[in-house]
Amino acid sequence: MNGFAPFMRALSAVVWKDLRAEWRSRELLSAMLVFALLVILIFNFALELESTVRANVTAGVLWVTFTFAGQLGLNRSMAVEKDRGCLDGLLLAPVDRAAIYLGKTLANWVFMLLVAVIVLPIYSVLYNTNLFIPGLLLTILLGSEGYVAVGTLLSSMAVQARTRDILLPILLFPVAIPVVIAAVKATGGYLQGLDITEILPWLNLLITYDVVFTAVAFMVFDSVVEE
Amino acid sequence: MTAIIEVSRLVKRFGPKVVLRQLDFRVETGEFVALLGPNGAGKTTFLRILSSLSRPTLGSVSVAGYSLPHQAASVRRRLGVVSHLPLLYGDLSAEENLLFYGRMYAVDKLSGRMDEVLEQVGLTNRRRDLVRTFSRGMQQRLAIGRAILHDPEVLLLDEPHTGLDQDACDMLDAALRQVAVRGRTVVMTSHDLSRAEDLASRFDVLARGTIQGSVQRQDIARDGLLGYYRKTLELSQNNAKNHKAEAAR
Repeated sequence: MNGFAPFMRALSAVVWKDLRAEWRSRELLSAMLVFALLVILIFNFALELESTVRANVTAGVLWVTFTFAGQLGLNRSMAVEKDRGCLDGLLLAPVDRAAIYLGKTLANWVFMLLVAVIVLPIYSVLYNTNLFIPGLLLTILLGSEGYVAVGTLLSSMAVQARTRDILLPILLFPVAIPVVIAAVKATGGYLQGLDITEILPWLNLLITYDVVFTAVAFMVFDSVVEE
Repeated sequence: MTAIIEVSRLVKRFGPKVVLRQLDFRVETGEFVALLGPNGAGKTTFLRILSSLSRPTLGSVSVAGYSLPHQAASVRRRLGVVSHLPLLYGDLSAEENLLFYGRMYAVDKLSGRMDEVLEQVGLTNRRRDLVRTFSRGMQQRLAIGRAILHDPEVLLLDEPHTGLDQDACDMLDAALRQVAVRGRTVVMTSHDLSRAEDLASRFDVLARGTIQGSVQRQDIARDGLLGYYRKTLELSQNNAKNHKAEAAR
């Protein structure tokens, strides 16, 4: 228990700092939201969906929106640390660096969920589809956690490079494929009213991905950020 | 006197490029050392190794009795670092920045310590203003406040005067003198010889990846620090030429 209190104090300090700074600037959230809404609108006009097709494509459209908007947020969240040398400031602190990683991940997760909270009702109205299904909301929680867990780690790697804006999606999307597939399948299952037994394997995959990638990122973050 | 920083045969390579070569360095407790040298000499790399941000390739480094990189967390607790970047969050106020770093360093009685530090760097009346509204000089003073918040034994400064105008430099120097007066050990890299001469008690010249010369303030000859610096660099150039000639033979 000796190291737990300092770990939690550092973790909460990082989350507090990220949320506070974002509350002031609203840079990251506004960029993610505008982008997400634009994607939804473009799909709405481009596909001119009939009601029968909607249930099939909604899951895909939603997760394309979340992953691309999330990627914008991940990039920005680490760029803020790097540009003013704050990443060095974080790394100089005498704390377990895993606490820094978890703090950044939690803050990124909150941002992604805030985007989902705003996107879901708008999508529901535009596409006349009910998205407020408890299982679907759970899928969004699990899918976005896996995505930001791996995304936060990779963005801390990409931020060291000059081509960080290009590098992050190249690194992130291949690694995030399992979580995106599982999230799309589970979301689609709920929208089509499939039986839970058909959705459960995808939820299990999401949970496994979340646990494995959060644990791996937790362990390797220190080496990734070290020069 | 006891050594608070001890570096022996330090080598740092980035791929095939050798930046630091067999560097030896020793600082006694309470000394204010100015590390001088031309661009590309390895000053920043050396400070990054001392601050545990970079790993040495070879050699031993110890700060406050703890060796790097193995006891990095213990070293970090005893270090304050100021670089030419402020390491501050522009969207947080001055006191929020200190609050954040104070929590990261587990500073006792943080609120009182923040008041003390803000007073020390002359920013009490701007404590609630966002850092992005600060001038470069004010940001650098707050950066010093951030670095000394946890009362570190050693302060590492990497070209802290970069980008500051005359007045801002004077205010920064006043803040640094206050830090030095309180008995902390300071290692500062600088290109500004006159400011270094005013502040430091010892001057080391780093060139070609190693310390080429070291002199105490009282031992500087009549031609001043500039004269000593030029002579040391000239000597190091001649030595390098001789080595090359010998190697060619």
